[in-house]
Amino acid sequence: MITRSDIPLRVINSSPEAIAKAKARARRSFRQIRTENVFRRSLMIMGLLMIILVLGICLTLAWQSRLSISALGPKYLWNKVWDPVQDIYGAWPFLLGTLLTSFLALIISIPFSISVAIFLGEYHPKGWLPNFLKNAVELIAAVPSVIYGFWGLAVLVPIVRSFESSIGVVPVGVGIFSSSLILAVMIIPYAASLGRSMISLVPSHLKEAAYGLGATRWEVIRSVVLPYTKSGLFAGILLSLGRALGETMAVTMVIGNTSAIPKSIFAPGNTMASVIANEFTEADKPVYLSALIELGLVLFLVTIVINLIGKRVIDRFTNE
Amino acid sequence: MDGKNIKLRLGKSYGFQWLIYVLAFACLVPLLAILFYIVKAGVTKINWHFLVNIPKPVGESGGGIANALVGSIIIILVAAVIAIPIGIMAGVYLSENRRSRLAYWVRLCTDILQGVPSIVVGIVAYFWLVRPWDIGFIHHKGGFSALSGSFALAIMMLPIIVRSTEETLKLLPDSLKEAALALGMPFHRVIFKVVVPVGISGILSGVMLSVARITGETAPLLFTAFGNPYLSVNVGKPMQSLPLLIFNYATSPYQDWLNLAWGASLILLFWVLFLNIFTKVITRKWKVQL
Repeated sequence: MITRSDIPLRVINSSPEAIAKAKARARRSFRQIRTENVFRRSLMIMGLLMIILVLGICLTLAWQSRLSISALGPKYLWNKVWDPVQDIYGAWPFLLGTLLTSFLALIISIPFSISVAIFLGEYHPKGWLPNFLKNAVELIAAVPSVIYGFWGLAVLVPIVRSFESSIGVVPVGVGIFSSSLILAVMIIPYAASLGRSMISLVPSHLKEAAYGLGATRWEVIRSVVLPYTKSGLFAGILLSLGRALGETMAVTMVIGNTSAIPKSIFAPGNTMASVIANEFTEADKPVYLSALIELGLVLFLVTIVINLIGKRVIDRFTNE
Repeated sequence: MDGKNIKLRLGKSYGFQWLIYVLAFACLVPLLAILFYIVKAGVTKINWHFLVNIPKPVGESGGGIANALVGSIIIILVAAVIAIPIGIMAGVYLSENRRSRLAYWVRLCTDILQGVPSIVVGIVAYFWLVRPWDIGFIHHKGGFSALSGSFALAIMMLPIIVRSTEETLKLLPDSLKEAALALGMPFHRVIFKVVVPVGISGILSGVMLSVARITGETAPLLFTAFGNPYLSVNVGKPMQSLPLLIFNYATSPYQDWLNLAWGASLILLFWVLFLNIFTKVITRKWKVQL
């Protein structure tokens, strides 16, 4: 609504055409302000959408798993038997499988990822060969997980099988060990690229002081660079762990998919993600489906916590 | 100083240096092995017939992956159409409101979304779009559909686009925006005609990275797009996609299907690597920080 006060005083006493023009101008600028406000508000709504999505995911998982939470209670998590046919649900085999594969993968991958980080951050920050290594390691993260799974099934599993028969365990090939190997490869880039950027942040006067005291290169790395970047490297490892916990396809394809508790690291098993991928569309009873979703809820919460701790550590490190 | 001691220390230093060299380059072995093996197994399977035919039933040799190629393209395009505008606008919001309380929560939730396991996104998309639901006057019929798959993939694209948009726009000098505002340009035109075009290289890189990421995603599609042995272009119906086809055929016992899966793997791998390398090259050329 255009009121008299919106029209500049000097036009009020002039010709009617001038007044009409001024009114039109005022109307235009009002319209502009309105579109601007609408635009600002729609930007905010798009931002809010992120929050809504996260809350929506959380609430959907919690609501859909209410059946199993109320019927099975907290002991669901450490009940050792998973037998949907008999209506017995226990998540312990999958929790154990997830923990085993993830931590084994982490242990295998840490020497490699830290080496890449030290190589690129400390020894050779520049040059074509380091550049090539950096890009190639980043490409490891780009390969789709279903291709890792397929390759693992066709190439890695037979190798593991012959390795198993040579050390005298039942040669199944598929199992916790194979999936840990695949996972270890897949998570190298996360810790490596974060570690690299952290190591390159080490102030050079610290290193120069150590060199000045007569330290060798390795001694500088061990007693200056690594202690200084400790928390950053830890964050990188946490982020890799988050990846490993939630990884689905590659693990589903090589872990063997049995719901029994794995007796050794060479035994087949199941992780939380792989059991969801395998049984979600077959779940015919409401409690069965709800038990699977509760696994998803646990997975979701655990990865959130791990990622947030990792992010917090990185922020603190880079702000220091 | 003891001369022997310093020799020992230097030897140790060189020893560790070489150990680190070896371990660092050992990371490339699995990557090269995968590339080599997929190329070797896949390259003989790909020909014109393979690209324009749909899979044959078990027992008949031949067949192709046309349905998966078409399905992948449609699902990704729809996901991009959903995610790109929302992602860019949320990114603009974050870069325009750096210190507000709401922006802090939006940023936090974007970080959380980035870490959500893909299978969880699949479950959620299943309950939102595939399961039939009914609230009063809205009746949602549900059923597996390509659209629900696109929706799940769009959720996975969003955080990447949001963060890359925000990071790019944060680096732009404020004077640019201030000059445009001082000329009397309305805010939305400043954003669309000045801020976004200047930062378009970074935003585009983020979009391409996100497309590269979702191209290979299988888990969110398992309960949404579901897969389809026939060629389908109806987004309201189940649709095949490359990763789904690889997953289903890779675990099958039939040699013909395995062959299809190898060919599809090669195409998927090269497409994803191409997108990644292309993004890297243009980010270097445009000097974008991601």
